[in-house]
Amino acid sequence: MPKIPVPKIPDAVVPPPLRKPAKPGAGGTPKGQAPEDLKTAPPGRQSHGEKLLDRGKEAPIDALAWVDQRLAASGFLTGMLYRKVPKGTNWFYTLGSATLFAFIVQAVTGVFLAMYYTPSATQAYASIAHINNDVPLGQFVHGMHKWGSSVMVILIFLHMGRTFFFGAYKYPRELNWVIGVVLLILTMTMAFTGYLLPFDQRSFWASIVGININGTGPVVGPYLSDFLRAGPELGATTLSRFYAIHMLLVPGAIIALIGAHMYLVVKLGTTAPPWVKTERPKGAMPTAELEAGANGNGRVNGAPVSGQGNGASA
Amino acid sequence: MADDANKVNGAEEAPIQERAKPDPPGYFEGESMTRRRAFTVGAQALGGLAGAAIVLPAVGFAIAPIFHRGKERWEAVGPVSDFVEDTYRQVVFTETEGIGDAGKTTAYVRKSSEELGEEPGKFVAVSNRCAHLGCPVRFVEAAGNFICPCHGGVYDFQGKRIGGPPVRPLDQFQTRVRSGQVELGPRYSVTNQMEPVRARDPGEFTGGIWEYLYPPRPSTFPPP
Repeated sequence: MPKIPVPKIPDAVVPPPLRKPAKPGAGGTPKGQAPEDLKTAPPGRQSHGEKLLDRGKEAPIDALAWVDQRLAASGFLTGMLYRKVPKGTNWFYTLGSATLFAFIVQAVTGVFLAMYYTPSATQAYASIAHINNDVPLGQFVHGMHKWGSSVMVILIFLHMGRTFFFGAYKYPRELNWVIGVVLLILTMTMAFTGYLLPFDQRSFWASIVGININGTGPVVGPYLSDFLRAGPELGATTLSRFYAIHMLLVPGAIIALIGAHMYLVVKLGTTAPPWVKTERPKGAMPTAELEAGANGNGRVNGAPVSGQGNGASA
Repeated sequence: MADDANKVNGAEEAPIQERAKPDPPGYFEGESMTRRRAFTVGAQALGGLAGAAIVLPAVGFAIAPIFHRGKERWEAVGPVSDFVEDTYRQVVFTETEGIGDAGKTTAYVRKSSEELGEEPGKFVAVSNRCAHLGCPVRFVEAAGNFICPCHGGVYDFQGKRIGGPPVRPLDQFQTRVRSGQVELGPRYSVTNQMEPVRARDPGEFTGGIWEYLYPPRPSTFPPP
């Protein structure tokens, strides 16, 4: 059995070597000339079968290259996937992607629940009972969605706590904090609107209490309650209204804002934990000069500088 | 050297002629706005109009229920002889149509009592919706009070708040008698002095300045 050839990774997605390029005239290939091995070892003659095999090996790369030529995605992907992360990056930094994963679980299970659910005041409860009792794996998918919502809310709060306590909301990342807060509010909106959908006693009374809490806001509160209920009392269109907000309005906004959130994360990079000190390379400026140059705030490129202290200048 | 050059140039220097400032590129003479700019502004205005023509009706459609008042609805809950002055009778009737049991609500109904200073010959229907956050209250015969199971709100026999977090007395329903049957109509709220006002949601104060901080909603009926 022939060995399956390992496809070559396209050059475009391989990061450049970390070592410095050789100085001109210090060995290696001079600029503008073919490498030595190509000069001395011309490719031998290939049989027809070998040629076909070679072309077959190239086919997946060719396909990838065809797509990449039109999307120009490899540069973006290289930048995103091989971006540098600061020293000290730890498990706390996974809370954001964990929240994203929880959202994806909610989106996928939600789409499948919508295939069986009926957003009607008279049929909603029966359709949920049908999902739980009759549909194969229905209770499992419903359970994933129900418990997953709690998981997402917990994770988003932990993620916010990490950002806050690591000081990762500071310049230049303030806008990302603001987007994150909007995402938190939208997540809570999802949890609130989703709670009514099973339309059992718990949903019904919890939603009444929730809407009435909204209504206690002065001046706009009463109108906000009427908007949520689509009338003065919880009625026939309240459920479909909550369903539309839960299914269409908020998820779209969440997806758009997650895009903006992640764009800024990739663009600005992540922060080091506050306890990580910068290691200065050999031959760097002495601490005293550095402090003088940095106007005494002890930070270079946003990271705390090790070995700083007022002892040197005192 | 420099002086020489200046001398040479100065000798040949012609008197400065006042010339009209040329129009900026793209402007014809006397124009204050280029065609390009006029078309840009015009296209943006048209786009804005088209956007508004789509967005405004859609938003209006979503918020229309705030301004819509449904049909007034009356439902018979029993003959006049069913109700007495000194205790309540629990009745269940439909407040919102079209959603089955979820649209039903509970009221406690009695005859009006002269002892409590009420107009005789009428009927009082107290809503079981707690004025705190809307949980269902229960009339406890032994205590003569309405008690809410959620957060411990307590109301006296007339529905006035005497304890717990509620912010005003219990709501009431309009009553009337038609062919020997007591009928219940639209909901209304009352102030702490038991003056009827338009229905407010639970958690909202009534009376005084609160009538402005929690304004009456167009979707509710005027009080009796």
